[in-house]
Amino acid sequence: MIFWKLFYTFCKIGIFNFGGGYAMIALIQNEVVEKNGWMTMAEFTDIVATSQITPGPIGINVATYAGYTSVVNAGYDPLWGVVGAFLASFSVILLPFLLMLIVSRFLLKFKNHPMVKTVLSVLKLTVVGLIAAAAVLLVSPDTFGTFSESPLQLFLSIGLFATAFFASLKWKTNPILLIVLAGVIGFVVYYGIG
Amino acid sequence: MVSLLQLFWSFFKIGTFTLGGGYAMIPLMEKELVDRHHWLTGEEFMDIIALSQTMPGIFAANMAVHVGWRLRGVPGAVFSIIGNILVPILIILALAMGLHYLQGNAVVEAIFKGVRPVVVALIAAPVFRMAKTAKISRYNFWIPVMAALLIWLLGISPIWVILAAGTGGFIYGKYLEKKEVQP
Repeated sequence: MIFWKLFYTFCKIGIFNFGGGYAMIALIQNEVVEKNGWMTMAEFTDIVATSQITPGPIGINVATYAGYTSVVNAGYDPLWGVVGAFLASFSVILLPFLLMLIVSRFLLKFKNHPMVKTVLSVLKLTVVGLIAAAAVLLVSPDTFGTFSESPLQLFLSIGLFATAFFASLKWKTNPILLIVLAGVIGFVVYYGIG
Repeated sequence: MVSLLQLFWSFFKIGTFTLGGGYAMIPLMEKELVDRHHWLTGEEFMDIIALSQTMPGIFAANMAVHVGWRLRGVPGAVFSIIGNILVPILIILALAMGLHYLQGNAVVEAIFKGVRPVVVALIAAPVFRMAKTAKISRYNFWIPVMAALLIWLLGISPIWVILAAGTGGFIYGKYLEKKEVQP
């Protein structure tokens, strides 16, 4: 039953997410693409792109969209997809919500506790590796194309990747701008010319 | 007393009018909660940011839950979080349905073909940014490297890796760290 699995999976993703939106993208990718096979790598990448250019927390956006896609891909009606979307976003906030209510009572003591600080510093380091793994796993024929199918797409993909990587790291270019520009380039090259 | 509708409306504005994820909401949150309504002092606001980053889950949602709870208890938390994510969920859902309907459309496919490698770059770049804030040194660089290799090469779930790291951090803090501080 995909709805139960969706609930359980997104509860897990919510409570184990330390380290913000990108860490959550890494967790969701692992669960919905690698582990459960609910969607392809390309579909997942499209979800992340769309989630970054719309308002709201990226984690919520990715969860909602991924919930919809997982259910529709499993052969259900789009209306059930809507149920999946709400279920995924509900599940992803459920446990952190409850935990937050409990911990809020001890706000200051908790966040300055030396043990909490030590555990968090180790978790921060781990999350860097987690996101790195997600990035490496996302480099695939699904996202970059292949040489045999279209050398043009492969080379353009590598060029776009390098440019966006450099711009994001060196100049802190707005991700929304990068995604929109890449979309325009994709449209012109693959639809206009190709 | 702050009304539930007021809380809902404030977080509604914060969630609806911010592009770029949870951290991009901080300036608007400060304007609404500290400057405009004086629900929190600047210092309280900074403390709540630190707490929301510490706790698992989604940063903006954690902020909404804590502020709502602080002002109006559990109902306040519920109204704040729903206000914060309602419009974003509806927008992304509409896009999900539209794009799914257009699946296989040549224009959409061409656009995403261009976008996909950029998304990979946008996920790769924070690795290097976060490496700085996580204070990676020659003594601890093995932690992220091992985490990445376990997930990438052995296919171990990131959740197990996080659990192991949390347990390791706890043991280190309890038994090893003190000895180093007091030689």
